[in-house]
Amino acid sequence: MAKNALTQYIDLFRSARNIIDSHSSPVLNSRREEACRVLEETTLPAEGAENYEHTDLEKMLAPDFGLNLAGVNIDINPAASFRCDVPDMQTMLYLTLNDTPMPPAPGRGSLPDGVTAGSLKSISLEYPELVDRYYGRLASISNPLVALDTMLCQDGFMIHVAKGVRVEQPLQLVNILNNGRPLMAVRRVLIVLEEGAELTLLTCDHTQNPDVEFLALQTVEIYAGPNSRLDFYDMEESTERTSRLSSLYLSQEQGSNVLIDGITLFNGTTRNEYHTVFNGSDASLRLLGMGIEDRRRHIETYSYVDHKTGHCHTDELMKFVVDDESIASFSGRIYVAPGAVKTEAYQSNRNIVGSDTARMFSKPQLEIYNDDVKCSHGTAIGQLDPMQLFYMRTRGLEESTARLLLKQAFMADVIDGVRLDSLRDRLRLLVERRFAGASSACSSCTRDCGAVRQDGEPGAEV
Amino acid sequence: MLKVENLHAQINGKEILKGINLEIRPGEVHAIMGPNGSGKSTLSMVLAGNPAYEVTDGSATFYGKDLLAMSPDVRSHEGLFLGFQYPVEIPGVSMVNFMRAAVNAKRKYFGEAPMSATDFLKMMREKRAIVELDNKLASRSVNEGFSGGEKKRNEIFQMAVLEPKLSILDETDSGLDIDALRIVAEGVNKLKTQNNATIVITHYQRLLDYIRPQFVHILYKGRIVMTGGPELALELEERGYDWIKSSVDGKED
Repeated sequence: MAKNALTQYIDLFRSARNIIDSHSSPVLNSRREEACRVLEETTLPAEGAENYEHTDLEKMLAPDFGLNLAGVNIDINPAASFRCDVPDMQTMLYLTLNDTPMPPAPGRGSLPDGVTAGSLKSISLEYPELVDRYYGRLASISNPLVALDTMLCQDGFMIHVAKGVRVEQPLQLVNILNNGRPLMAVRRVLIVLEEGAELTLLTCDHTQNPDVEFLALQTVEIYAGPNSRLDFYDMEESTERTSRLSSLYLSQEQGSNVLIDGITLFNGTTRNEYHTVFNGSDASLRLLGMGIEDRRRHIETYSYVDHKTGHCHTDELMKFVVDDESIASFSGRIYVAPGAVKTEAYQSNRNIVGSDTARMFSKPQLEIYNDDVKCSHGTAIGQLDPMQLFYMRTRGLEESTARLLLKQAFMADVIDGVRLDSLRDRLRLLVERRFAGASSACSSCTRDCGAVRQDGEPGAEV
Repeated sequence: MLKVENLHAQINGKEILKGINLEIRPGEVHAIMGPNGSGKSTLSMVLAGNPAYEVTDGSATFYGKDLLAMSPDVRSHEGLFLGFQYPVEIPGVSMVNFMRAAVNAKRKYFGEAPMSATDFLKMMREKRAIVELDNKLASRSVNEGFSGGEKKRNEIFQMAVLEPKLSILDETDSGLDIDALRIVAEGVNKLKTQNNATIVITHYQRLLDYIRPQFVHILYKGRIVMTGGPELALELEERGYDWIKSSVDGKED
């Protein structure tokens, strides 16, 4: 076996297996051994390998992060001071501190009948058969990031919406990273919508110690049953010292309608993977993403949309703005199977490079195996239009203001894709503030910590 | 108010303006005419401060201040306005936000507090009426999906909002039908006072039937080769530019 960054995790697993198991559930434990074997036989894809062009997994996984395997309670309850800051948006709030689900915030309402949500561990202890039916069935164990997550994750967030149940109130899952020394959080999210179920879920990743290195590893599995509807917003507002490795797997049945929107306002080094598949006809997917990068931030987005069945619709739009010395990379593929007739699939990646030293990479791909389709893909990398800038300046706008408005405007169509009115308005404001150089401290879902560092990073609560 | 002396400018290494001299005083209306490629739009771009153009010689002062040293936004604050021949579309930026940013930038420049929302909306309403601009255009993105006429009316609307001392209207008549031309020209005339001035750049006499200049300049090969009164525009309409071209080119030979 080649020596690589995975070794330390395999060694940890082998030596601490009992502790890991004893703080988790039999269903989660039952998948670890296979995951470990996969990891023992694999090496991490090197930077530059197909689909990993600009992410160095070795480097991201190499540091000696601590893991909280024994579930030691950290003496903070973020629920106590957390304040959701989206006006007119009442969400059912769930909090995870590092990788441990926290007790419900005071005043959280109760779930409608037919909805089970909360700690994956708890739910899998209570309903082992339900969780066993879905857990680890969709995410590919041959993906080393999924294998690593499966080997080590002890808990996470799960929501199950029973047949025909429409959850009116959005659910919000806030993942907070807060620790005194470098920490790796291993998370898992499992979303199951039975036939005709409807759900809006907003997740927000936040880091509260800007000086500490964190790695958030997560695997998300989503089952969208026949004629179900899911809106899933996944927002990251972390710090330059936070790494995030997220692998999302989505399976859509006939007639399902899914919106996935990955919003990266602040981050350090991020890789977001989206693997989606249509298993029935007349389903639609809107896959949106935006990243606002500056300084030395880094984001890589990978998507693979599998049109296995015909009569489905995909609309993919990914937009990035890179400034300073930041790097963004998009690699996306839409695959249309031989029998998938009447497929409509559109992929678009558009980007603005705001400095000489920032880098944007794009690889849009379509792979089509039948004639009866409507598909397109495209990418554009450019700078702000000098004529637009000049026009605005002749009306008295300073160059910085004009640039700000143009960057905001560039993101307008991604923001307009948000189907939750209150979140859309809030996001518009957040993006405006982000481009204006403000911190994320007063965003939709950070705590109202008030401690904003001068360098523009969200600060830790004092 | 504006004094241009021996102005030379180039773009991408090609000299377009080859020594422009021009003086504009408050209350005046000047027309600049000339064949295609003579440098009319370049002159407007250089005066407004488009960074794509490089001034290689000469000077331009605006109320005694060095115009060429000012950034485009400062030129705007000081009272210079350019109505674009091709107004730029800015998808994603609403007209209302754009104008609010413009108005408040100017107020900030003069040390004034931002305008209240009520006052701003009231002003928008008044100014829109001047060019009969539809309210729904104000909530749309800047110039996006506007017809040719709407774009030009929008230019005059912005001029009304910013209340410039000197307006340069670059082929404001191009692409307009006769009704739109009348509305735009009437808008310009409504905004005319003894204290402001207008430079109208046009190909045709038609616009000058509505906006009456005291001075008509003919620009050819980067220089003003002839200056006269309104009768010069009529003569051009009748005789075309060839007689001017041949007389200038003849002298050059």
